[in-house]
Amino acid sequence: MSAAAAHVGPGEQQVPQGQDERKRGLTGYLLLLPGALWLLVFFVVPLVTLISTSLYDPSGSVFAGYEMTFHWRNYVDAVQGYGPQLWRSFLYAGTATVAAVLLGFPLAYAIAFKAGRWKNLMLILVIAPFFTSFLIRTLSWQMLLGDNGWLVDIFRTLQILGPDGHLLATPFAVVTGLTYNFLPFMVLPLYASLEKLDPRLLEAGADLYATPLTTFRKVTLPLAMPGLVAGTLLTFIPAAGDYINSELLGTPNTRMIGNEIQDLFAAGSYPVAAALSVTLMAAIVALVTVYVRRSGSEELV
Amino acid sequence: MTRSDLVLSSVTKRFGSFTAVDDLDLTVPEGSFFALLGPSGCGKTTTLRMVAGLEEPTSGTVHLGDQDISGLRPYKRPVNTVFQSYALFPHLSIAENVAFGLRRRGVKDVKQQVGEMLELVELEQYAGRRPAQLSGGQQQRVALARALINRPQVLLLDEPLGALDLKLRRQMQIELKRIQTEVGITFVHVTHDQEEAMTMADTIAVMNGGVIEQMGRPLDLYENPATTFVSNFLGQSNLVGGQVLERSSQSVLIDVHGSKLLAPSDRARSAEGDVWVGIRPEKVFLAAAESEFDDGSNLLAGGVVTDVSYVGVSTQYLARMPWGQELMVFEQNTGARDSFRPGDRVDLHWMPAHTFLLDATQAADAGVEKEEDL
Repeated sequence: MSAAAAHVGPGEQQVPQGQDERKRGLTGYLLLLPGALWLLVFFVVPLVTLISTSLYDPSGSVFAGYEMTFHWRNYVDAVQGYGPQLWRSFLYAGTATVAAVLLGFPLAYAIAFKAGRWKNLMLILVIAPFFTSFLIRTLSWQMLLGDNGWLVDIFRTLQILGPDGHLLATPFAVVTGLTYNFLPFMVLPLYASLEKLDPRLLEAGADLYATPLTTFRKVTLPLAMPGLVAGTLLTFIPAAGDYINSELLGTPNTRMIGNEIQDLFAAGSYPVAAALSVTLMAAIVALVTVYVRRSGSEELV
Repeated sequence: MTRSDLVLSSVTKRFGSFTAVDDLDLTVPEGSFFALLGPSGCGKTTTLRMVAGLEEPTSGTVHLGDQDISGLRPYKRPVNTVFQSYALFPHLSIAENVAFGLRRRGVKDVKQQVGEMLELVELEQYAGRRPAQLSGGQQQRVALARALINRPQVLLLDEPLGALDLKLRRQMQIELKRIQTEVGITFVHVTHDQEEAMTMADTIAVMNGGVIEQMGRPLDLYENPATTFVSNFLGQSNLVGGQVLERSSQSVLIDVHGSKLLAPSDRARSAEGDVWVGIRPEKVFLAAAESEFDDGSNLLAGGVVTDVSYVGVSTQYLARMPWGQELMVFEQNTGARDSFRPGDRVDLHWMPAHTFLLDATQAADAGVEKEEDL
């Protein structure tokens, strides 16, 4: 018995050193090369350009050109001028993320455990919206939520909406659109996590005096955490920078930071637009870092 | 009833049109080490899961002492399970896995109990590790500790040693038996490994096709099987067709292909017309053909050795009889007896007291382990 206990140690096996090792290292770098080049040309270079643009003299123009003056006041102007939009972006994205968790978790759970032979069909249905363009799908929500749509009719009949109440062109419409558009990004990672969960662990929980709710809290949820973290990040980050939903479903009062950046670029105010973009990026990185730390899943992301 | 025996009464479980467990009656005395033995698909695991509450019986009841637990949800039953694949929680440390049941029942200070339990299974130094960092045998012991710490009235073990290699399995058999004696809890052990069941259990119930074929002490089952299934599934048997000639209160006289054989009456499950005459291979002596033997033993003459397997402690012979059947003979390699080669002509002898008679309506090869089952 004790002999059996003594001889085990995972990962004790020594990998032979030397040439083999070096060859394997080289293969790794070769595999990394195409992706790294791509990132260099299309991510690092534009990022550097973006950051330097954000420090250009704002008095320049597309025609006259811009001067590099390390004008850091661009950032102050950006945050002071567009604070409400920045704050609104995070509020809408956060609300949409919470809504996507509430809709997506039961759905992913059902597909993983209850769907049986319908599992593949349901997964296809989750992905099916991608067969149509993002823009078209968001436009069709205009019709769904429009004043002549059946949804408004029902809500008015049920007195949930007043006789002059609207759904379209409200924060509700924008958050609904965001939730809809990013729901698959929540469902798929959650499904991948839940699908790996051995149902016998749930039986073991029940066998060890845990009610179904406790089993969910103590077994299912911790094991679904990687999927939940991945899903919330994949939903929150693009939702925070999105401008299509607000553009098509909202009003000037629901403008998000993406809309402002878009307009500023269109108007040729490159330095402020760039400063705003960098601010958004920094804010998202900060938020995500705090979130990942708090959910204790650094090794999972 | 003052003791908390586990009693299953007329329990039936159907999955669609398939009857997994058929009108099963079973009493497991408190404190015993009870084995449910049978081939895969015989209903033994389903029976176990109904005791655990993970399956609901289609009909019938499960009692623990005076309490009817048939309707209780699994988390309310004073019963714990060691799962076949252990089902350890991968996100919790070994100590937290073991403490899981205690915490759910609101025990505040689990440290001491967890320590004691890990000591019992000799895993104290692994308390902080995750299950994936342990070997199969260690995980098995964690699963055992996680169930035992709750002091269940009945501990259910579902093929707990199935994933271990042979040597470790032997060690764990002895270990499980020691732990059961130490804690005195009723163990119900499901296995398809007859040796495992015989080594550990006080009582074995042999299951086949959803019903119990025979139940008793390992020795009784082996020496006096009630059906051809039990005689083949528990060890090996030679079953030879014969007709009963005479019966008395002491013994039964049978004609087997022209030879007259005797069997004790109390070992005859059937003593009329056609019967299977059964004899365990290790009870048979081989003798060179026509050597004089007149000690009243049963004799089947005219065999030819067709196969010899030397396995160290013993030699296993196959002898082809004049009617074409091959019979097995195991001889201990004591050095005191002759050995034979293929082609040698031999007679088979054994003591009438070792003969058993079974109903000839049963298939002679019931319970023979086939290649694909192994």
